Amino acid sequence: MFRRLHTSSSTLTITLDGVALKVAPGDSVAAAVLASGNPACRQTPVTGSDRAPFCMMGACFDCLVEIDGVPNRQACLVEVREGMQVRRQARPTLVADRLAS
Amino acid sequence: MSGEIIDLAVIGAGPAGMAAATVAADLGLDVTVFDENPAPGGQIYRGIEAVATKRASDLAMLGPAYEAGKTIVSAFRASKAKHQPNTSVWLVQKDRQLGIASGGRASMVQARRILIASGAQERPVPIPGWTLPGVMLAGATQGLLKSAGMVPSGPVVLAGNGPLLYQLGAQLAAAGAKVTALLETEARYGAALQHLPGAIASGGYLAKGLGLISAIRKAGVPIRRNVTGLKAIGKDHVEAVEFAANGRAWRLDCEVLCLHQGVVSNAQLTLAIPAKHEWNEAQRCWRPVTDAWGNTDLEGIAVAGDCGGIGGAEAAAHAGRIAACEAARALGKIDAPQRDTRASGDRSAWERHLRIRPFLDALYPPSRAIAVPADDVTLCRCEEVTAGEVRAAVRQGGTGPNQVKSFTRTGMGPCQGRMCALTVSEVIADQLGKSMAEVGTYRVRFPIKPLTVGELASLE
Ligand SMILES: Cc1cc2nc3c(=O)[nH]c(=O)nc-3n(C[C@H](O)[C@H](O)[C@H](O)COP(=O)(O)OP(=O)(O)OC[C@H]3O[C@@H](n4cnc5c(N)ncnc54)[C@H](O)[C@@H]3O)c2cc1C
Ligand code: FES
Repeated sequence: MFRRLHTSSSTLTITLDGVALKVAPGDSVAAAVLASGNPACRQTPVTGSDRAPFCMMGACFDCLVEIDGVPNRQACLVEVREGMQVRRQARPTLVADRLAS
Repeated sequence: MSGEIIDLAVIGAGPAGMAAATVAADLGLDVTVFDENPAPGGQIYRGIEAVATKRASDLAMLGPAYEAGKTIVSAFRASKAKHQPNTSVWLVQKDRQLGIASGGRASMVQARRILIASGAQERPVPIPGWTLPGVMLAGATQGLLKSAGMVPSGPVVLAGNGPLLYQLGAQLAAAGAKVTALLETEARYGAALQHLPGAIASGGYLAKGLGLISAIRKAGVPIRRNVTGLKAIGKDHVEAVEFAANGRAWRLDCEVLCLHQGVVSNAQLTLAIPAKHEWNEAQRCWRPVTDAWGNTDLEGIAVAGDCGGIGGAEAAAHAGRIAACEAARALGKIDAPQRDTRASGDRSAWERHLRIRPFLDALYPPSRAIAVPADDVTLCRCEEVTAGEVRAAVRQGGTGPNQVKSFTRTGMGPCQGRMCALTVSEVIADQLGKSMAEVGTYRVRFPIKPLTVGELASLE
């Protein structure tokens, strides 16, 4: 969905849902996700629909991801680091789902 | 909390915060600037240091208004002011204690004075399909261009109104993105005309705006005027945008849709303390009530820049310097006449830059049909509540945003109302035939940024 104008002379490697991804130093985690081919960061708790970064300035919270085991981090405000482990956030199990099952 | 008390805590390293900190440090104050971004610059000068050193060839495409940030950032870096990047401020108390969080740890800081320079955010643009991946705010796409040198790889459509949309159009075209069209929702040239003398007196803004429009045209990007009925279409992500213009229905394929309806003051911190606010009818947003030096009604807490009313980057820097002079006076470093003399150049420049605003506010009002959306449009993105559900809550006796919030869960999700507060109040005001000032807005509660379990645990 997004492409880079420059090929960075140095790259870092992070994992996105366990898959290695080459990123540029200085990228925000949200930029890295947008350049990965699948822009979704999380699913909404209510309907489970995919959400991707919307504001890129810390206001919308659609970019929440799990970073190094800590959930609900704003991907647009965190810079990538070598070896960082990023996970998209699936829809949490809802009370309604639990009652239905 | 460490025992240390700092003279001036500045929240935000945009032009207002950087300029304020530079002058305040020069006047002998011990200043720290807290900002949640990794580098100084704020929204307009996002990533400027990295671009200037690593991607200098991008400066031409980003334009001279962006490059101007180099001067202000390097003056800030050269000053004695401290900068704490990657740090969010989640609490500001009347006694001037701040709650900050950084690197997984939270702590408290005591300041003698606080300057809130938290800037603006883009106005929410609730249209059908605006939650689809690929639909973004215009400033978000611009932020990616500045901070990461990224552009949409497929066709992109820009829709809405306001100077930022034109600036993005010119920047994307210069960067070689496939801009299919710029769809302008509304521009009231007639209403703006009476403010033309002020616009001319404010300096080069009109020429800059016309220059952007001509750059977009030259790049072969069609501009459609009086666009209504915007709709983002797609299943898992946006695939097209539908709209009406020139009396017919249109559909344009796109991979990215950039929406914009202007920017509004980011009053999240000042609303939460709470400082006294007023409804700004011309800019259709809330602003903290201030005196001529940026002081709020709360002792020792001032604001500068776009969080006190939208004035743009240059006005923000002047307002920051004015507020710094006042901080130095309040803390006894200079007296009132010295403050007045030191601030006089910035004050006249500030007033001149603000003279373009009545023209811009009148020219690019937010489209009424977007500000007050139809029943089936999702207005709270987090809790996925529609405008129709808000109207039903009002019919059931919900008289204000806080009641509607408890009936429908609007504003209770992670964004804490940043993306729905204005729309919820507009819908209620419209339905009850009241003014926005009467209807009010959500009570904003601390922490204004969610704290992780680890951060909470680190706070003794
Ligand atoms: C997305 C966006 C893009 C824009 N792009 C342009 C442009 O290209 N050209 C233009 O002329 N104008 C642009 N504007 C308008 C812009 O608001 C002003 O021109 C200018 O940036 C205002 O300066 P400021 O110092 O008041 O605030 P800002 O530059 O917005 O700086 C505020 C800073 O405060 C930080 N902050 C806010 N709250 C907190 C908190 N709780 N904790 C820690 N840090 C916090 C923010 O992260 C930000 O870095 C843009 C506005 C937005 C919202
Ligand atoms: S993209 Fe909006 S908060 Fe990160």
